[in-house]
Amino acid sequence: MSDLFLVGNASGFSGDRVDAAPPVVRALIRSGKPAALFFECLAERTIALAQIEKRRDPEAGYEPMLERLLEPILADCAKAGIPILGNFGAANPVAAARCVARLARRLGIPDLRIGVVTGDDVSGSVDLGTLTAHEADAGFDMSSWVLVSANAYIGAAPLAEALAKGAQVVVAGRTSDPSLAIAPLMHHFGWAEDDWQALAAGAACGHLLECGSQVTGGVFWDPGFKDIPDPANIGFPIAEVARDGSMVITKPEDTGGLVDLRSIKEQLLYELHDPAAYLTPDVVMDITGVTLDQVGRDRVALRGVRGHARPDRLKVTACYEGSWLGEGEVSVAGPNALARARATADVLLQRVQQRGLARRARADLIGVSAVHDSDDGALWRSYDGPEPPDIRIRLAVETTTRDDADQAAREVLAMLCCGTAGTSGARWRVTPRILTRSFLVPRAMVPTEVRVLEARAWN
Amino acid sequence: MELIEVPLHAVAHSRAGDKGNRGNLSLMPYDPALYPLLAEQVTEARVLALFAHRGATRCVRYDLPLIHAFNFVIDDVLEGGVNGSLNLDGHGKSLSFRLLSLTVQVPADLSRPPPPAC
Repeated sequence: MSDLFLVGNASGFSGDRVDAAPPVVRALIRSGKPAALFFECLAERTIALAQIEKRRDPEAGYEPMLERLLEPILADCAKAGIPILGNFGAANPVAAARCVARLARRLGIPDLRIGVVTGDDVSGSVDLGTLTAHEADAGFDMSSWVLVSANAYIGAAPLAEALAKGAQVVVAGRTSDPSLAIAPLMHHFGWAEDDWQALAAGAACGHLLECGSQVTGGVFWDPGFKDIPDPANIGFPIAEVARDGSMVITKPEDTGGLVDLRSIKEQLLYELHDPAAYLTPDVVMDITGVTLDQVGRDRVALRGVRGHARPDRLKVTACYEGSWLGEGEVSVAGPNALARARATADVLLQRVQQRGLARRARADLIGVSAVHDSDDGALWRSYDGPEPPDIRIRLAVETTTRDDADQAAREVLAMLCCGTAGTSGARWRVTPRILTRSFLVPRAMVPTEVRVLEARAWN
Repeated sequence: MELIEVPLHAVAHSRAGDKGNRGNLSLMPYDPALYPLLAEQVTEARVLALFAHRGATRCVRYDLPLIHAFNFVIDDVLEGGVNGSLNLDGHGKSLSFRLLSLTVQVPADLSRPPPPAC
């Protein structure tokens, strides 16, 4: 047990609970073991939205909750020698580093060493037209599309390099999520960049932890079937990783949630396709030989991850300006609600069709079927179950212009006077859409740069 | 052995994930003893049919017998995926519970979720 390294996670996406970190950090410090903490804050299109923010304000475009996430734990981590890694730099890692530096100076730790990894943003350096499209993205003509962002998923090596240069906080933009956990393990154990077995264990650790509470009871609890303690205060995960790549997944003692075989299995397979070949920029992970053991309360041991040589090329995800989404909702309730809801849905679809507003339109009956249904309403049209007491009718359209989306969404408002008896509660909104396409890029086309400076020097 | 029909939800759990217009659904029986029965009954064809109304084109099942789990990968099930779908659930994260509504025939004494091991 002597040669263990602990990896904690305190965020699974941009929008996660902002008070997750303190219990994890307290547990890491209590353990007395070497440790690192990471925050995962970037979904596929988060970076495009951040890029739009950056255009509006050159000092914006990074995780908006960054200061709130780090303030409660930054000084404690610095004091305990626990490095913090995160892709919270989003579209503007340098501005994020300046934000961390301001926070560090305010907290009285101006000598905090902050590292920045850049190079993932390839929007100005790589001609996407020359690249191979990734899987299903082949065959689109994107020549007329307006590019918003293009970022390569970079691996653990530059993050580990920042740690080697003494960084106590490592700010990155687009990295593969598991790399945020692989990097401190590489740095601590001295794993080589082609030690596929070790790196695959690191990838498994990162994969299990990258969604935060999803491995400790989040999106897991199902009252009466899979109950968890204190779901309002789910503890975020900690992996205790041994040099040989075996590990125990656990969580802080003083928190809600749980770690058991069920929660681990759900997260192990989350967003996974072929379990023999999970691709990361660092290694190809194979979990077909994995075994799991409950070795204590909230403690599951995982062994048997296999690794294969990493892919030759990196994945680049490009985001383009898309169409417009218009949405509107109204409610009906009480006797004959189902018939009134169906009629409302049909009339809304007829209205947007006869006004020629939408390229594509859909109606949902929320309370009958919505999230499982299809654009043509196959489920609500064929529904023959009990009469629902209260139904919300939702119209959603895809349009070419903002005005068309607004006009279509406002059709729900007009139903307050023109609709079926007892129609009420109109709400509508218009949202710009982002299109994404992925490509494969040769590694040599994505040079990364690592800069480490003390907080007092980041201006 | 008396068999009774139950929704998968009574005997198994699942989580949905997405990548583009492709979804994956894990499926794990609470009781490992049910693994062979589910392997027999929860076929690729049945799962594909469950999502036919969404335009799903292909379903592949990967089996992980060491951890008593299945992984179903379903192509074109997300009506364009999170960036293209008009569905409230563009990620398709709720689809695990459509899978869990599928019915299976199981021995009566295994038809309820056992308490967790720890």
